Amino acid sequence: MAHSATVDGGKVHPARTSGRKKEKGRKERWEWSGLAFSTPYVVVFLFGTILPLLYALYLGFFQTKMIGGTAFVGFSNYVQAFTDPTFWQGFRRVSIYAVIQVPIVVILALVAALILDSGRIKHVAVPRILVFLPYAVPSVVAALMWSYIYGQDYGLVGQFFQLFGGKSPDLLSSQLIMFAIMNIVVWGFMGYNMLIYYSSLRTIPDELYEAARLDGASEMRIAWSIKIPAIKGSIVMTVVFCLIGAFQLFNEPNLLQAIAPDAINSSYTPNMYTYTLAFKGQNVNYAAAVSLVAGLVTMIVIGIVKFIGDKWSEND
Amino acid sequence: MTDITATPTGAQSTQPQTSAGLSRRDKRNAKASQRNYRNKLKNEQAPKMTKGQRVSSWVLHIIMFLMAAYCVIPLFWLLFASTKSNGGLYNSFGLWFANSKNGGFQLWQNLVGTFSYNGAIYGRWLLNTVIYAVVVGLGSTVIAAFAGYAVAVMKFPGRKLLLSVTLAFMSIPTTVITIPLFLMYSQIGLVDTMWAVIIPQLSFPFGLYLMIIYAQQSIPISLVEAAKLDGASHWKIFWKIALPLLSPGFVTVLLFSLVGAWNNYFLPLIMLSDRSNYPLTVGLNLWLKMSGDSSVGGGLPDSYIITGSLVAVVPLIISFFFLQRYWQSGLSAGAVK
Repeated sequence: MAHSATVDGGKVHPARTSGRKKEKGRKERWEWSGLAFSTPYVVVFLFGTILPLLYALYLGFFQTKMIGGTAFVGFSNYVQAFTDPTFWQGFRRVSIYAVIQVPIVVILALVAALILDSGRIKHVAVPRILVFLPYAVPSVVAALMWSYIYGQDYGLVGQFFQLFGGKSPDLLSSQLIMFAIMNIVVWGFMGYNMLIYYSSLRTIPDELYEAARLDGASEMRIAWSIKIPAIKGSIVMTVVFCLIGAFQLFNEPNLLQAIAPDAINSSYTPNMYTYTLAFKGQNVNYAAAVSLVAGLVTMIVIGIVKFIGDKWSEND
Repeated sequence: MTDITATPTGAQSTQPQTSAGLSRRDKRNAKASQRNYRNKLKNEQAPKMTKGQRVSSWVLHIIMFLMAAYCVIPLFWLLFASTKSNGGLYNSFGLWFANSKNGGFQLWQNLVGTFSYNGAIYGRWLLNTVIYAVVVGLGSTVIAAFAGYAVAVMKFPGRKLLLSVTLAFMSIPTTVITIPLFLMYSQIGLVDTMWAVIIPQLSFPFGLYLMIIYAQQSIPISLVEAAKLDGASHWKIFWKIALPLLSPGFVTVLLFSLVGAWNNYFLPLIMLSDRSNYPLTVGLNLWLKMSGDSSVGGGLPDSYIITGSLVAVVPLIISFFFLQRYWQSGLSAGAVK
């Protein structure tokens, strides 16, 4: 993924030129059946992604009024969306969420993967599958489960605090609910990231470690100076995936809203806001504009992070 | 990483064409011998382990144990909670069974209750979830296998475009597309049908990306060329040669797609208003809302919601245990090395 085709577009790609040279000897011929094989994918991709996006773009240029029907309004919906304080409030919230949650899940997963790879653990397969299991739990079910566990009086957390004669904090209060959501997502995705790191770590040749050990490097030192730099690419990829997840946060807060309506309002995240606009507000034109603006802003942030990450993972 | 932008002919010249089965076996053997070697090393070193190393070994085990416990305890909680009556749920310790005073062991009653409540709608939701997961899983995987085969072995107009669009859309937030999808599908009357949930999930860019990589690694171009010389069509080559070679990759993509569809919540929540089309995720959310609303939820015990959650999770957990190998290979192929 480091060399995406969009990046290669302008440059002459070595593989492509070598391919061309070969083709000169042979007879160059398109294989039209390739089109037939790709057609099903192209069709579902058009109907599942491209056309809806274009349609939303088109909708955003109109406005429906009580009197006068639908009228073309130019960019005014988009301008309004870009300056909508409710949208930016939600965006700020998911940004804070991302800044705390993404490092936590990445570091925990990395520590777990390094421990598994250290060779000091017996029966690696057992902790590996156990930590991965939460990935099988749908986020809605995870949120539901944890909301019971968080219970101040009867939940597992409450019972734990009662054991020591204390009273647990209300994790579903408006001050703490963001951390409660973070915990649910960290729980669900730690194992997934761990497996990605672990499979990358397994591809590092052992000789590298042996040379370092002969030089007297400690295992900690090897993990820090050899192992982590070697899997930079995987780390960047998971950070990007986690960020995407953070900025489109919806399932967990949407479910918890039923339990803690005071702590989570209907514009808690940008996604919840567009959902509310599209269904409760019935303002489809504005909802289309906001969802596209939210997508654009998210992609810019992710693009910047990916750019920095790729730079970091390329230089040694 | 594998350079998937290389043309088929380019790929042929740069990659040694070993058959997939052989290279996989080699890899497995190599891994096994590596493991043996490591174990041997460890056994030889064991007596030499210094006190400091023994301590750090203990520390590593403890950290790993805590992490595994963190991941598993909520699942155990779910397991115990679904054996309890509504009273037992609130009056007994979360990680053990309720005693007879608090209703005792009620798993069977809970299952019966969950499946018969509300006109037996839970069974319908479970069936819908299976339908969504199987249709989306198989459909999107077959579609991705077709396109992945074409990109890996054929040169055709639009190949580069297909590749670059796939890579670009791999990291686009899918929920950004969901509201526009709803707006368009409501215009053409697809909303509130099962198709509204199925069609958008049939295109799976990450699955296509994996398929292209697997196809480039496992289908020797020379074999395809030879079959073509013998007069076989690409259609025949795909089914007789390519698909058998691709089968491990096929299963991996199928698993990812299936789990994604099984766990999907946002799309069906938006598209469906008729309860009889709901999957489990949306249905459970409805029950949760009903139990909170005293005017509607009269008589919906929490224990049904919890038991329903357990039933929703069990099939996937079982699949994780039995199909671990495919998860691993999918994740390592997706990872940048």
